[in-house]
Amino acid sequence: MWVLLAVAIVVVGFALRLNAMLVVTASGIAAGLIAGLTPLAILNAFGTGFAGSRSVTVFIVVLPVIGLIERYGLQDQARRLIGKLRGLTVGRLLATYLIIRQATAALGLTAIGGPAQAVRPVVAPMAEAAAERKHGALGDKVREKVRSYAASADTVGLFFGEDIFVAVGSILLITGFVDATYGLKLDALQIAVWAIPSAICALVIHGFRMLRLDRTLASLPASELAAPVGGAR
Amino acid sequence: MIKVEWFYWLVGAFFAVVAVLRLLDRGASKRVGSAVFWGLLAFTFVYGTFVVAKTAPAWVEGVAVLVLAGLAAARYPGRGTEQTTSAAERSALAQRFGNKLFIPALVIPLVAVFFGAVLAKVNVGDQPLLQTGSATIIGLGVAAVIAFVVSLVLLRVPSPMIPFREGDRLLGHIGWAAILPQFLATLGLLFTASGVGTAVQRITNAVLPEGVLLLAAVVYCLGMALFTIIMGNAFAAFPVMTAAVGWPVLVQQYDGTPAVVFAVGMLAGFCGTLVTPMAANFNLVPAALLELKDTYGPIKAQIPTAIPLWVCNVAILYAFAFPH
Repeated sequence: MWVLLAVAIVVVGFALRLNAMLVVTASGIAAGLIAGLTPLAILNAFGTGFAGSRSVTVFIVVLPVIGLIERYGLQDQARRLIGKLRGLTVGRLLATYLIIRQATAALGLTAIGGPAQAVRPVVAPMAEAAAERKHGALGDKVREKVRSYAASADTVGLFFGEDIFVAVGSILLITGFVDATYGLKLDALQIAVWAIPSAICALVIHGFRMLRLDRTLASLPASELAAPVGGAR
Repeated sequence: MIKVEWFYWLVGAFFAVVAVLRLLDRGASKRVGSAVFWGLLAFTFVYGTFVVAKTAPAWVEGVAVLVLAGLAAARYPGRGTEQTTSAAERSALAQRFGNKLFIPALVIPLVAVFFGAVLAKVNVGDQPLLQTGSATIIGLGVAAVIAFVVSLVLLRVPSPMIPFREGDRLLGHIGWAAILPQFLATLGLLFTASGVGTAVQRITNAVLPEGVLLLAAVVYCLGMALFTIIMGNAFAAFPVMTAAVGWPVLVQQYDGTPAVVFAVGMLAGFCGTLVTPMAANFNLVPAALLELKDTYGPIKAQIPTAIPLWVCNVAILYAFAFPH
């Protein structure tokens, strides 16, 4: 039970907003020591764990291309494109992106979208432009809110779309674990089908919140909404 | 067979280029420390190949990882001198290239999807073309290379160093958060090896009320969400909570349909992923990429969805998994 102290380090560290890397290192070492691992075994665990999870950092390879097209004005072009679509408010835009993200993820096309490839270069600038058209130049807080909402549309769409696709990691983990542990023969398709009700709920709840962003922004007092005088973008 | 390790080396090569750029950037603060950070990270990506293959001692990588953590705690790496275009230049360039600018951005998902959905099923001789289980990663790597070449040609970029400088600029915004997801995955493994799962299981069993189906369903979904919040991913929570409640209580005792119990349990865990900084790749990295001052911005945007969605999952589980 003492090993839960290591968990407490993480919770307290994140709550106090200490440097995350420091918190994680301290917690990992604490967990290892409490469990009776030798310092060498702990070093080995850090090494094996880091080497074995390099896949989560591979998104970095798209940065040169994304940076390059930003240099040539991609975000400006994304804004300009929104300018032509008059009826598209920020809420409708993000709700549409949520649907696209969720539907493509449900077909196994999880590579469409993502914070580095889609949200930063295209979705977020479009969302900001749509908000600016209706509400004028945005203040810092509102701009952050719009960007955060754009990131959330991507994440929620992915999470509650991918589980409808049969060959996704989480379904393989479910069938793999319960078949091996309890001797069942679960049909992956059944798991996927039973992800659909939750997926619909996610779409309705998050879609509704995306659409409501329009009203939230409209109801903000001008002092909070607008950029401070002289404040550049 | 196309191996995933090649692409880890590609990522390593990019980090190495960034390390050199940092070292040559005389105007930037924290020059040497930043170069050491990215250089060391490049090393871990290449050396990691041998750690995974068990042909080199893992503790060497472990030491490198701890040094990286130390550098991050000392606020390395720093940003370089920005050498990108001005707002006015960008506006003029956007005018000139127009929607052509979207082409490289579209090439990335198209190629990645082609690899993940089509080439993943292709065999050469008796071997799969792409290393099993890594088609998505390989696809993303190839897509980045193709989009790189396409954008160089399409935009008539004068020097191939320019995209690397721009990549360095974006990486500067992300900083040490770039390796936080990998670091947290490592912590998850350490937690599992140290028996955090068993401890959680014991607590769950202690608080589990007997004889009330709805409460058992709530405990399963709540346990999935809370343990996911602690571990940063639902995959680690699933075996623990399923062994504690999902299988012995919901399926065996209350005769629940396994497919519904497990599918909905996993999704209840996903509600936890939406609200935890431990899931750095989904919640903190986007904040860094979008240059948000509030690193918890995306989490705050997701909490009001995660809570009602979790309630929906409990309701779905209760309504459809059991013979009423």
